Amino acid sequence: MAVLVVAEHDNASVKDATNKTVTAALALSSDVDVLVAGLGAGAAAAAAAGIAGVRKVLHAEGAAFDQGVAEAVEGLVVPLMANYDAVLFAATATGKNAAPRIAAALDVSPISEIQEVVNASTFVRPIYAGNALETIETSDSKKVITVRTTAFAAAGTGGSASVEAVTAGAPSADVTFKGAEIVKSDRPELAGAKRVVSGGRAMGSADEFHNVIEPLADKLGAAVGASRAAVDAGYAPNDYQVGQTGKVVAPELYVAVGISGAIQHLAGMKDSKVIVAINKDADAPIFAIADYGLVADYKSAVPELMGELAKAGL
Amino acid sequence: MKVLVPVKRVIDYNVKVRVKPDQTGVDLANVKMSMNPFCEIAVEEAVRLKEKGVVSEIVAVSIGPQQAQETIRTALAMGADRGILIQTDDDLEPLAVAKLLKAVVAEEAPELVLMGKQAIDGDNNATGQMMAALLGWPQATFASKVEIADGKATVTREIDGGLQTLEVALPAIVTADLRLNEPRYASLPNIMKAKKKPIDVKSTGDYGVDVSPRLKVLKVTEPPKRAGGIKVESAEQLVGKLKEAGVL
Repeated sequence: MAVLVVAEHDNASVKDATNKTVTAALALSSDVDVLVAGLGAGAAAAAAAGIAGVRKVLHAEGAAFDQGVAEAVEGLVVPLMANYDAVLFAATATGKNAAPRIAAALDVSPISEIQEVVNASTFVRPIYAGNALETIETSDSKKVITVRTTAFAAAGTGGSASVEAVTAGAPSADVTFKGAEIVKSDRPELAGAKRVVSGGRAMGSADEFHNVIEPLADKLGAAVGASRAAVDAGYAPNDYQVGQTGKVVAPELYVAVGISGAIQHLAGMKDSKVIVAINKDADAPIFAIADYGLVADYKSAVPELMGELAKAGL
Repeated sequence: MKVLVPVKRVIDYNVKVRVKPDQTGVDLANVKMSMNPFCEIAVEEAVRLKEKGVVSEIVAVSIGPQQAQETIRTALAMGADRGILIQTDDDLEPLAVAKLLKAVVAEEAPELVLMGKQAIDGDNNATGQMMAALLGWPQATFASKVEIADGKATVTREIDGGLQTLEVALPAIVTADLRLNEPRYASLPNIMKAKKKPIDVKSTGDYGVDVSPRLKVLKVTEPPKRAGGIKVESAEQLVGKLKEAGVL
Protein backbone atom coordinates (compact mmCIF):
# COMPACT_ATOMS: atom_id res chain seq x y z
CA MET A 1 0.00 0.00 0.00
CA ALA A 2 1.05 3.59 -0.57
CA VAL A 3 0.59 6.31 2.02
CA LEU A 4 0.50 10.08 1.59
CA VAL A 5 1.50 12.45 4.38
CA VAL A 6 0.30 16.04 4.04
CA ALA A 7 3.13 18.22 5.35
CA GLU A 8 2.88 21.23 7.61
CA HIS A 9 5.49 23.78 6.81
CA ASP A 10 6.35 27.48 6.80
CA ASN A 11 7.62 27.43 3.20
CA ALA A 12 11.24 27.37 4.40
CA SER A 13 11.13 24.22 6.49
CA VAL A 14 8.89 21.34 7.43
CA LYS A 15 7.41 21.31 10.92
CA ASP A 16 8.43 18.67 13.40
CA ALA A 17 4.81 17.46 13.48
CA THR A 18 5.30 16.25 9.90
CA ASN A 19 8.38 14.18 10.81
CA LYS A 20 6.31 12.54 13.54
CA THR A 21 3.45 11.90 11.13
CA VAL A 22 5.92 10.26 8.74
CA THR A 23 6.87 7.86 11.55
CA ALA A 24 3.21 6.90 11.96
CA ALA A 25 2.89 6.51 8.18
CA LEU A 26 5.93 4.23 8.05
CA ALA A 27 4.15 1.96 10.55
CA LEU A 28 1.46 1.50 7.88
CA SER A 29 3.67 1.02 4.84
CA SER A 30 7.19 1.55 3.59
CA ASP A 31 5.86 3.48 0.59
CA VAL A 32 5.41 6.92 2.11
CA ASP A 33 5.17 10.07 0.01
CA VAL A 34 4.91 13.59 1.41
CA LEU A 35 2.78 16.35 -0.10
CA VAL A 36 4.04 19.90 0.31
CA ALA A 37 1.49 22.46 -0.84
CA GLY A 38 2.19 26.14 -0.52
CA LEU A 39 3.18 29.38 -2.16
CA GLY A 40 6.94 29.58 -2.56
CA ALA A 41 7.39 26.30 -0.70
CA GLY A 42 10.32 24.94 -2.72
CA ALA A 43 12.64 24.95 0.29
CA ALA A 44 10.08 23.10 2.39
CA ALA A 45 9.67 20.50 -0.38
CA ALA A 46 13.46 20.04 -0.44
CA ALA A 47 13.44 19.66 3.37
CA ALA A 48 10.68 17.06 3.15
CA ALA A 49 12.75 15.12 0.63
CA GLY A 50 15.44 14.85 3.29
CA ILE A 51 13.20 13.11 5.84
CA ALA A 52 14.43 9.55 6.34
CA GLY A 53 12.14 6.92 4.87
CA VAL A 54 10.27 9.18 2.46
CA ARG A 55 9.91 7.72 -1.04
CA LYS A 56 8.86 10.81 -2.95
CA VAL A 57 7.78 14.40 -2.34
CA LEU A 58 4.86 15.89 -4.22
CA HIS A 59 5.14 19.66 -4.46
CA ALA A 60 2.09 21.76 -5.31
CA GLU A 61 2.45 25.52 -5.79
CA GLY A 62 -0.40 27.97 -5.73
CA ALA A 63 -1.80 31.02 -3.98
CA ALA A 64 -4.73 28.92 -2.77
CA PHE A 65 -2.36 26.88 -0.58
CA ASP A 66 -0.74 29.82 1.13
CA GLN A 67 -2.96 29.62 4.20
CA GLY A 68 -3.75 25.92 4.14
CA VAL A 69 -7.52 26.39 3.84
CA ALA A 70 -9.34 23.07 3.85
CA GLU A 71 -11.25 23.68 0.63
CA ALA A 72 -8.01 24.10 -1.34
CA VAL A 73 -6.38 21.09 0.32
CA GLU A 74 -9.46 19.02 -0.51
CA GLY A 75 -9.28 20.03 -4.17
CA LEU A 76 -5.65 18.95 -4.23
CA VAL A 77 -5.66 15.76 -2.17
CA VAL A 78 -8.89 14.06 -3.27
CA PRO A 79 -7.74 13.45 -6.88
CA LEU A 80 -4.31 12.33 -5.62
CA MET A 81 -5.97 9.64 -3.52
CA ALA A 82 -6.47 7.59 -6.69
CA ASN A 83 -2.82 6.60 -6.12
CA TYR A 84 -2.88 6.12 -2.34
CA ASP A 85 -4.48 3.83 0.21
CA ALA A 86 -4.14 6.20 3.13
CA VAL A 87 -3.54 9.88 3.82
CA LEU A 88 -2.18 11.12 7.13
CA PHE A 89 -2.22 14.57 8.67
CA ALA A 90 -0.73 15.76 11.94
CA ALA A 91 -3.60 16.42 14.36
CA THR A 92 -2.88 20.15 14.42
CA ALA A 93 -5.44 22.90 13.82
CA THR A 94 -4.68 22.70 10.09
CA GLY A 95 -4.77 18.91 9.91
CA LYS A 96 -7.94 18.59 11.95
CA ASN A 97 -9.59 21.19 9.75
CA ALA A 98 -8.78 19.49 6.45
CA ALA A 99 -8.74 15.74 7.10
CA PRO A 100 -12.46 15.15 7.79
CA ARG A 101 -13.37 17.21 4.74
CA ILE A 102 -11.26 14.92 2.56
CA ALA A 103 -12.68 11.83 4.28
CA ALA A 104 -16.24 12.89 3.50
CA ALA A 105 -15.32 13.63 -0.12
CA LEU A 106 -13.92 10.08 -0.35
CA ASP A 107 -16.93 8.62 1.53
CA VAL A 108 -14.83 7.17 4.34
CA SER A 109 -14.89 7.48 8.13
CA PRO A 110 -11.96 9.58 9.31
CA ILE A 111 -9.83 8.23 12.13
CA SER A 112 -8.90 11.06 14.47
CA GLU A 113 -5.80 11.49 16.62
CA ILE A 114 -4.33 8.01 16.48
CA GLN A 115 -1.69 7.37 19.11
CA GLU A 116 -0.75 3.85 18.03
CA VAL A 117 -0.75 1.87 14.79
CA VAL A 118 -1.70 -1.73 15.62
CA ASN A 119 -1.73 -2.77 11.97
CA ALA A 120 -2.58 -1.14 8.65
CA SER A 121 -6.30 -1.04 9.49
CA THR A 122 -6.32 -1.01 13.30
CA PHE A 123 -5.50 1.98 15.45
CA VAL A 124 -5.64 3.17 19.04
CA ARG A 125 -7.06 6.61 19.76
CA PRO A 126 -8.11 8.52 22.87
CA ILE A 127 -11.77 9.25 23.57
CA TYR A 128 -13.48 11.09 26.45
CA ALA A 129 -10.60 13.52 26.86
CA GLY A 130 -8.11 10.69 27.08
CA ASN A 131 -9.97 8.99 29.92
CA ALA A 132 -10.43 5.95 27.66
CA LEU A 133 -8.60 4.52 24.69
CA GLU A 134 -10.44 2.83 21.86
CA THR A 135 -8.94 0.29 19.49
CA ILE A 136 -10.76 0.56 16.19
CA GLU A 137 -10.57 -1.34 12.95
CA THR A 138 -11.62 0.33 9.73
CA SER A 139 -13.28 -1.42 6.82
CA ASP A 140 -12.80 1.53 4.48
CA SER A 141 -10.49 0.85 1.55
CA LYS A 142 -9.03 4.36 1.78
CA LYS A 143 -8.01 5.66 5.16
CA VAL A 144 -7.97 9.27 6.29
CA ILE A 145 -6.09 9.65 9.55
CA THR A 146 -4.91 12.40 11.88
CA VAL A 147 -1.96 11.64 14.11
CA ARG A 148 -1.44 12.67 17.72
CA THR A 149 2.14 13.71 17.20
CA THR A 150 3.21 13.44 20.85
CA ALA A 151 2.80 9.67 20.56
CA PHE A 152 5.33 9.22 17.75
CA ALA A 153 9.05 9.94 17.53
CA ALA A 154 10.14 12.29 14.76
CA ALA A 155 11.54 10.66 11.63
CA GLY A 156 15.13 11.73 11.17
CA THR A 157 16.95 13.27 8.25
CA GLY A 158 19.30 11.75 5.71
CA GLY A 159 16.70 10.85 3.11
CA SER A 160 17.10 11.75 -0.53
CA ALA A 161 13.64 11.46 -2.04
CA SER A 162 12.83 12.93 -5.42
CA VAL A 163 10.59 16.00 -5.67
CA GLU A 164 7.82 15.94 -8.24
CA ALA A 165 5.60 18.88 -9.11
CA VAL A 166 1.86 18.28 -9.02
CA THR A 167 -0.86 20.54 -10.29
CA ALA A 168 -3.89 21.22 -8.19
CA GLY A 169 -7.60 21.14 -8.77
CA ALA A 170 -9.71 24.14 -7.87
CA PRO A 171 -10.77 24.83 -4.26
CA SER A 172 -14.06 23.09 -3.54
CA ALA A 173 -15.89 26.10 -2.12
CA ASP A 174 -15.77 29.89 -1.85
CA VAL A 175 -13.39 30.98 0.92
CA THR A 176 -11.34 34.15 1.17
CA PHE A 177 -8.42 34.59 3.54
CA LYS A 178 -8.75 37.96 5.28
CA GLY A 179 -5.86 37.97 7.69
CA ALA A 180 -4.08 36.38 10.60
CA GLU A 181 -2.72 37.42 13.96
CA ILE A 182 0.11 35.08 14.70
CA VAL A 183 1.89 35.42 18.01
CA LYS A 184 5.57 36.01 17.34
CA SER A 185 7.89 34.31 19.77
CA ASP A 186 11.50 33.23 20.06
CA ARG A 187 10.48 30.44 22.40
CA PRO A 188 10.17 26.85 21.22
CA GLU A 189 6.87 25.80 19.67
CA LEU A 190 4.51 24.56 22.38
CA ALA A 191 3.41 21.34 20.70
CA GLY A 192 6.92 19.98 20.21
CA ALA A 193 8.86 21.64 23.05
CA LYS A 194 11.14 19.59 25.32
CA ARG A 195 10.17 21.74 28.28
CA VAL A 196 6.90 23.57 28.97
CA VAL A 197 5.99 26.01 31.74
CA SER A 198 2.25 26.59 32.10
CA GLY A 199 0.35 29.09 34.21
CA GLY A 200 -3.17 28.88 35.54
CA ARG A 201 -5.94 31.03 36.85
CA ALA A 202 -3.99 31.73 40.06
CA MET A 203 -1.93 34.26 38.07
CA GLY A 204 -4.84 36.66 38.36
CA SER A 205 -3.88 38.94 35.48
CA ALA A 206 -2.18 39.00 32.10
CA ASP A 207 0.63 41.12 33.60
CA GLU A 208 1.27 38.61 36.34
CA PHE A 209 1.27 35.78 33.77
CA HIS A 210 3.78 37.72 31.70
CA ASN A 211 5.97 38.59 34.71
CA VAL A 212 5.98 35.18 36.38
CA ILE A 213 5.51 32.44 33.81
CA GLU A 214 7.50 33.83 30.90
CA PRO A 215 10.78 34.50 32.78
CA LEU A 216 10.66 30.99 34.27
CA ALA A 217 10.03 29.54 30.81
CA ASP A 218 12.93 31.54 29.39
CA LYS A 219 15.22 30.40 32.19
CA LEU A 220 14.40 26.80 31.29
CA GLY A 221 14.39 27.39 27.53
CA ALA A 222 10.79 26.23 27.66
CA ALA A 223 7.63 26.92 25.70
CA VAL A 224 4.81 28.71 27.51
CA GLY A 225 1.46 27.06 28.08
CA ALA A 226 -1.68 27.92 30.00
CA SER A 227 -4.75 26.30 31.44
CA ARG A 228 -8.11 26.91 29.85
CA ALA A 229 -9.11 29.02 32.85
CA ALA A 230 -6.13 31.32 32.30
CA VAL A 231 -6.90 31.64 28.59
CA ASP A 232 -10.61 32.22 29.16
CA ALA A 233 -9.73 34.93 31.66
CA GLY A 234 -7.56 36.63 29.05
CA TYR A 235 -4.25 36.13 30.89
CA ALA A 236 -2.74 34.24 27.94
CA PRO A 237 -3.49 33.95 24.21
CA ASN A 238 -5.65 31.10 22.94
CA ASP A 239 -2.85 29.15 21.31
CA TYR A 240 -1.15 28.70 24.71
CA GLN A 241 -3.97 26.45 25.88
CA VAL A 242 -2.91 22.98 26.92
CA GLY A 243 -5.72 20.48 27.26
CA GLN A 244 -8.31 18.29 25.64
CA THR A 245 -9.50 21.04 23.36
CA GLY A 246 -6.23 22.92 23.14
CA LYS A 247 -2.78 21.54 22.51
CA VAL A 248 -1.68 18.11 23.63
CA VAL A 249 1.92 18.17 24.79
CA ALA A 250 4.32 15.53 26.10
CA PRO A 251 7.57 17.30 26.93
CA GLU A 252 10.40 15.90 29.02
CA LEU A 253 9.58 18.48 31.70
CA TYR A 254 6.20 20.08 32.34
CA VAL A 255 5.96 22.71 35.07
CA ALA A 256 2.40 23.65 36.11
CA VAL A 257 2.24 26.87 38.09
CA GLY A 258 -1.00 27.80 39.83
CA ILE A 259 -2.94 25.19 37.87
CA SER A 260 -5.46 23.14 39.83
CA GLY A 261 -5.56 20.31 37.30
CA ALA A 262 -9.02 20.07 35.75
CA ILE A 263 -9.58 16.81 33.84
CA GLN A 264 -9.48 18.59 30.52
CA HIS A 265 -6.10 20.15 31.32
CA LEU A 266 -4.63 16.84 32.50
CA ALA A 267 -5.76 15.31 29.18
CA GLY A 268 -3.36 17.64 27.43
CA MET A 269 -0.20 17.02 29.46
CA LYS A 270 -0.39 13.78 31.42
CA ASP A 271 1.97 12.01 29.02
CA SER A 272 4.81 14.39 29.90
CA LYS A 273 7.89 12.58 31.18
CA VAL A 274 8.32 14.59 34.37
CA ILE A 275 5.56 16.78 35.79
CA VAL A 276 6.18 19.47 38.39
CA ALA A 277 3.27 21.19 40.10
CA ILE A 278 3.46 24.36 42.15
CA ASN A 279 0.21 25.21 43.88
CA LYS A 280 -0.69 26.56 47.27
CA ASP A 281 -3.69 24.24 47.55
CA ALA A 282 -2.33 20.90 48.78
CA ASP A 283 -5.54 19.19 47.63
CA ALA A 284 -5.32 20.36 44.01
CA PRO A 285 -5.86 17.40 41.62
CA ILE A 286 -2.67 18.28 39.74
CA PHE A 287 -0.66 16.81 42.65
CA ALA A 288 -2.18 13.38 42.00
CA ILE A 289 -0.26 13.10 38.72
CA ALA A 290 2.76 15.30 39.46
CA ASP A 291 6.13 13.63 39.97
CA TYR A 292 7.25 16.52 42.13
CA GLY A 293 4.76 18.70 43.93
CA LEU A 294 5.62 21.89 45.76
CA VAL A 295 2.82 23.16 47.97
CA ALA A 296 3.55 26.86 47.99
CA ASP A 297 2.32 30.21 46.79
CA TYR A 298 3.80 30.71 43.35
CA LYS A 299 4.55 34.32 44.29
CA SER A 300 7.35 33.16 46.54
CA ALA A 301 8.03 29.75 44.99
CA VAL A 302 8.75 30.90 41.43
CA PRO A 303 11.38 33.51 42.40
CA GLU A 304 13.01 30.93 44.68
CA LEU A 305 12.98 28.41 41.86
CA MET A 306 14.53 30.98 39.53
CA GLY A 307 17.26 31.53 42.09
CA GLU A 308 17.92 27.80 42.50
CA LEU A 309 18.00 27.31 38.73
CA ALA A 310 20.53 30.14 38.48
CA LYS A 311 22.66 28.43 41.14
CA ALA A 312 22.42 25.24 39.12
CA GLY A 313 23.92 27.10 36.20
CA LEU A 314 20.77 27.80 34.17
CA MET B 1 -32.15 33.87 7.63
CA LYS B 2 -32.59 30.38 8.96
CA VAL B 3 -29.91 28.68 11.06
CA LEU B 4 -29.61 24.97 11.72
CA VAL B 5 -27.88 24.00 14.97
CA PRO B 6 -27.03 20.32 15.44
CA VAL B 7 -26.81 19.38 19.13
CA LYS B 8 -25.53 16.19 20.74
CA ARG B 9 -26.41 14.49 24.01
CA VAL B 10 -23.22 13.37 25.71
CA ILE B 11 -21.95 12.39 29.13
CA ASP B 12 -21.90 15.50 31.32
CA TYR B 13 -18.69 17.49 31.26
CA ASN B 14 -18.13 17.00 35.00
CA VAL B 15 -18.71 13.25 35.18
CA LYS B 16 -15.69 11.03 35.72
CA VAL B 17 -15.68 8.55 32.85
CA ARG B 18 -15.37 4.86 33.72
CA VAL B 19 -14.42 2.15 31.27
CA LYS B 20 -16.58 -0.98 31.47
CA PRO B 21 -14.75 -4.03 32.83
CA ASP B 22 -15.63 -6.03 29.69
CA GLN B 23 -13.85 -3.39 27.53
CA THR B 24 -16.88 -2.80 25.30
CA GLY B 25 -17.14 0.91 26.01
CA VAL B 26 -17.60 3.39 28.83
CA ASP B 27 -20.28 3.04 31.46
CA LEU B 28 -23.20 5.32 30.61
CA ALA B 29 -25.78 3.66 32.90
CA ASN B 30 -27.18 6.07 35.49
CA VAL B 31 -24.71 8.74 34.45
CA LYS B 32 -25.71 12.39 34.08
CA MET B 33 -26.04 13.34 30.42
CA SER B 34 -26.06 16.90 29.07
CA MET B 35 -25.75 18.87 25.88
CA ASN B 36 -22.21 18.75 24.51
CA PRO B 37 -20.54 22.00 25.71
CA PHE B 38 -19.46 23.03 22.20
CA CYS B 39 -23.03 22.54 20.96
CA GLU B 40 -24.22 24.84 23.75
CA ILE B 41 -21.84 27.52 22.48
CA ALA B 42 -23.25 27.06 18.95
CA VAL B 43 -26.83 27.42 20.22
CA GLU B 44 -25.87 30.54 22.15
CA GLU B 45 -24.29 32.09 19.06
CA ALA B 46 -27.39 31.37 17.01
CA VAL B 47 -29.59 32.94 19.68
CA ARG B 48 -27.36 36.04 19.79
CA LEU B 49 -27.58 36.35 16.01
CA LYS B 50 -31.36 36.16 16.33
CA GLU B 51 -31.36 38.81 19.04
CA LYS B 52 -29.33 41.03 16.69
CA GLY B 53 -31.97 40.55 14.01
CA VAL B 54 -29.60 38.70 11.65
CA VAL B 55 -31.33 35.37 12.11
CA SER B 56 -35.07 34.78 11.87
CA GLU B 57 -35.40 31.12 12.82
CA ILE B 58 -33.26 28.61 14.72
CA VAL B 59 -33.84 24.90 14.18
CA ALA B 60 -32.10 22.56 16.64
CA VAL B 61 -31.52 19.03 15.38
CA SER B 62 -30.27 16.05 17.34
CA ILE B 63 -29.49 12.49 16.34
CA GLY B 64 -29.71 10.07 19.22
CA PRO B 65 -31.95 8.12 21.57
CA GLN B 66 -35.38 9.26 22.69
CA GLN B 67 -33.78 11.07 25.63
CA ALA B 68 -32.01 13.38 23.16
CA GLN B 69 -35.35 15.23 23.18
CA GLU B 70 -34.16 16.68 26.50
CA THR B 71 -31.09 18.03 24.73
CA ILE B 72 -33.29 19.64 22.10
CA ARG B 73 -35.50 21.06 24.88
CA THR B 74 -32.41 22.66 26.38
CA ALA B 75 -31.70 24.34 23.03
CA LEU B 76 -35.34 25.45 22.79
CA ALA B 77 -35.15 26.89 26.31
CA MET B 78 -32.04 28.84 25.32
CA GLY B 79 -33.92 30.36 22.39
CA ALA B 80 -34.13 27.92 19.47
CA ASP B 81 -37.53 27.93 17.78
CA ARG B 82 -38.18 24.30 16.99
CA GLY B 83 -36.51 20.93 17.04
CA ILE B 84 -35.95 17.83 14.97
CA LEU B 85 -34.98 14.53 16.59
CA ILE B 86 -33.67 11.79 14.35
CA GLN B 87 -34.21 8.97 16.76
CA THR B 88 -31.76 6.08 16.87
CA ASP B 89 -30.18 3.94 19.55
CA ASP B 90 -27.13 3.34 17.39
CA ASP B 91 -23.96 5.27 18.10
CA LEU B 92 -23.46 6.75 14.64
CA GLU B 93 -20.09 7.72 13.21
CA PRO B 94 -19.45 11.31 12.08
CA LEU B 95 -19.80 10.20 8.44
CA ALA B 96 -23.34 8.90 9.04
CA VAL B 97 -24.22 11.97 11.11
CA ALA B 98 -22.93 14.27 8.37
CA LYS B 99 -25.02 12.42 5.76
CA LEU B 100 -28.17 12.68 7.87
CA LEU B 101 -27.55 16.37 8.56
CA LYS B 102 -27.00 16.95 4.86
CA ALA B 103 -30.45 15.46 4.27
CA VAL B 104 -31.91 17.76 6.94
CA VAL B 105 -30.24 20.72 5.22
CA ALA B 106 -31.88 19.66 1.94
CA GLU B 107 -35.30 19.82 3.65
CA GLU B 108 -34.77 22.92 5.77
CA ALA B 109 -32.60 25.01 3.44
CA PRO B 110 -30.75 26.97 6.15
CA GLU B 111 -28.22 29.59 5.10
CA LEU B 112 -25.96 28.79 8.01
CA VAL B 113 -25.18 25.70 10.05
CA LEU B 114 -23.67 26.55 13.44
CA MET B 115 -22.34 23.61 15.41
CA GLY B 116 -19.78 22.62 18.01
CA LYS B 117 -16.28 21.82 16.82
CA GLN B 118 -16.27 18.46 18.55
CA ALA B 119 -18.26 16.29 20.91
CA ILE B 120 -16.56 15.47 24.18
CA ASP B 121 -17.37 11.76 23.95
CA GLY B 122 -15.79 10.61 20.68
CA ASP B 123 -13.51 13.68 20.43
CA ASN B 124 -13.49 13.29 16.65
CA ASN B 125 -13.75 16.93 15.63
CA ALA B 126 -15.04 15.87 12.21
CA THR B 127 -18.78 16.24 11.61
CA GLY B 128 -18.82 19.92 10.63
CA GLN B 129 -15.99 19.57 8.15
CA MET B 130 -17.59 16.43 6.69
CA MET B 131 -20.97 18.10 6.28
CA ALA B 132 -19.29 21.00 4.51
CA ALA B 133 -17.62 18.62 2.06
CA LEU B 134 -20.82 16.68 1.38
CA LEU B 135 -22.74 19.91 0.75
CA GLY B 136 -19.91 21.55 -1.21
CA TRP B 137 -20.10 24.45 1.23
CA PRO B 138 -17.20 26.43 2.67
CA GLN B 139 -16.29 25.82 6.29
CA ALA B 140 -15.01 28.01 9.07
CA THR B 141 -14.02 25.79 11.96
CA PHE B 142 -12.86 26.59 15.52
CA ALA B 143 -14.61 29.97 15.46
CA SER B 144 -13.96 32.54 18.18
CA LYS B 145 -15.89 35.36 16.45
CA VAL B 146 -18.63 35.35 13.82
CA GLU B 147 -20.01 38.30 11.87
CA ILE B 148 -22.72 37.93 9.26
CA ALA B 149 -23.29 40.55 6.55
CA ASP B 150 -24.04 40.75 2.81
CA GLY B 151 -24.42 37.02 2.31
CA LYS B 152 -21.07 36.30 3.92
CA ALA B 153 -19.76 35.18 7.27
CA THR B 154 -16.51 36.67 8.51
CA VAL B 155 -15.11 34.24 11.02
CA THR B 156 -12.10 34.52 13.30
CA ARG B 157 -10.64 31.07 13.91
CA GLU B 158 -8.38 29.72 16.63
CA ILE B 159 -5.41 28.13 14.91
CA ASP B 160 -1.92 27.04 15.95
CA GLY B 161 0.10 30.17 16.60
CA GLY B 162 -2.84 32.55 16.94
CA LEU B 163 -5.92 33.62 15.03
CA GLN B 164 -6.96 33.53 11.39
CA THR B 165 -9.85 35.36 9.77
CA LEU B 166 -11.71 33.83 6.84
CA GLU B 167 -14.61 35.15 4.84
CA VAL B 168 -16.95 32.42 3.64
CA ALA B 169 -19.85 32.82 1.26
CA LEU B 170 -23.18 31.64 2.68
CA PRO B 171 -24.49 29.01 2.93
CA ALA B 172 -21.63 27.79 5.07
CA ILE B 173 -20.72 25.66 8.07
CA VAL B 174 -19.28 27.35 11.15
CA THR B 175 -18.00 25.27 14.07
CA ALA B 176 -17.71 26.84 17.50
CA ASP B 177 -14.62 26.90 19.67
CA LEU B 178 -14.55 27.59 23.40
CA ARG B 179 -14.16 31.33 23.31
CA LEU B 180 -16.92 32.19 20.86
CA ASN B 181 -19.24 33.09 23.73
CA GLU B 182 -20.41 32.07 27.18
CA PRO B 183 -23.69 30.22 26.91
CA ARG B 184 -26.58 31.49 28.97
CA TYR B 185 -28.56 29.56 31.51
CA ALA B 186 -32.15 29.16 30.40
CA SER B 187 -34.58 31.05 32.63
CA LEU B 188 -37.48 29.23 34.22
CA PRO B 189 -40.10 31.02 32.06
CA ASN B 190 -38.10 30.08 28.95
CA ILE B 191 -37.84 26.46 30.12
CA MET B 192 -41.66 26.45 30.50
CA LYS B 193 -42.09 28.04 27.06
CA ALA B 194 -39.73 25.50 25.52
CA LYS B 195 -42.09 22.71 26.51
CA LYS B 196 -44.64 24.09 24.05
CA LYS B 197 -42.21 24.44 21.14
CA PRO B 198 -42.55 21.70 18.52
CA ILE B 199 -40.13 18.78 18.11
CA ASP B 200 -40.48 16.70 14.98
CA VAL B 201 -39.45 13.09 15.60
CA LYS B 202 -37.96 11.19 12.66
CA SER B 203 -36.04 8.00 12.16
CA THR B 204 -32.78 7.49 10.30
CA GLY B 205 -34.75 5.49 7.70
CA ASP B 206 -36.75 8.61 6.80
CA TYR B 207 -33.72 10.11 5.09
CA GLY B 208 -32.67 7.23 2.87
CA VAL B 209 -28.96 7.52 3.63
CA ASP B 210 -26.46 4.80 4.42
CA VAL B 211 -25.59 5.03 8.11
CA SER B 212 -23.83 1.69 8.41
CA PRO B 213 -20.61 1.80 10.45
CA ARG B 214 -17.21 1.74 8.81
CA LEU B 215 -15.29 1.40 12.04
CA LYS B 216 -15.43 -1.52 14.43
CA VAL B 217 -14.55 -0.89 18.05
CA LEU B 218 -12.41 -3.86 19.06
CA LYS B 219 -11.97 -2.74 22.64
CA VAL B 220 -12.09 0.25 24.96
CA THR B 221 -9.49 0.33 27.69
CA GLU B 222 -8.31 2.58 30.47
CA PRO B 223 -5.23 4.60 29.74
CA PRO B 224 -2.17 3.64 31.76
CA LYS B 225 -2.41 5.24 35.18
CA ARG B 226 0.18 7.76 36.09
CA ALA B 227 1.49 7.12 39.55
CA GLY B 228 1.59 10.16 41.80
CA GLY B 229 5.03 11.29 42.85
CA ILE B 230 6.35 13.01 45.91
CA LYS B 231 5.97 16.38 47.57
CA VAL B 232 9.10 18.45 47.86
CA GLU B 233 9.63 20.96 50.64
CA SER B 234 11.47 23.70 48.79
CA ALA B 235 12.57 25.04 45.44
CA GLU B 236 16.08 23.87 46.29
CA GLN B 237 14.94 20.28 46.81
CA LEU B 238 12.87 20.50 43.62
CA VAL B 239 15.87 21.51 41.52
CA GLY B 240 17.86 18.68 43.11
CA LYS B 241 15.19 16.16 42.17
CA LEU B 242 14.95 17.49 38.62
CA LYS B 243 18.71 17.14 38.25
CA GLU B 244 18.52 13.56 39.52
CA ALA B 245 15.75 12.87 37.01
CA GLY B 246 18.00 14.20 34.27
CA VAL B 247 15.58 16.79 32.95
CA LEU B 248 17.62 19.90 33.70
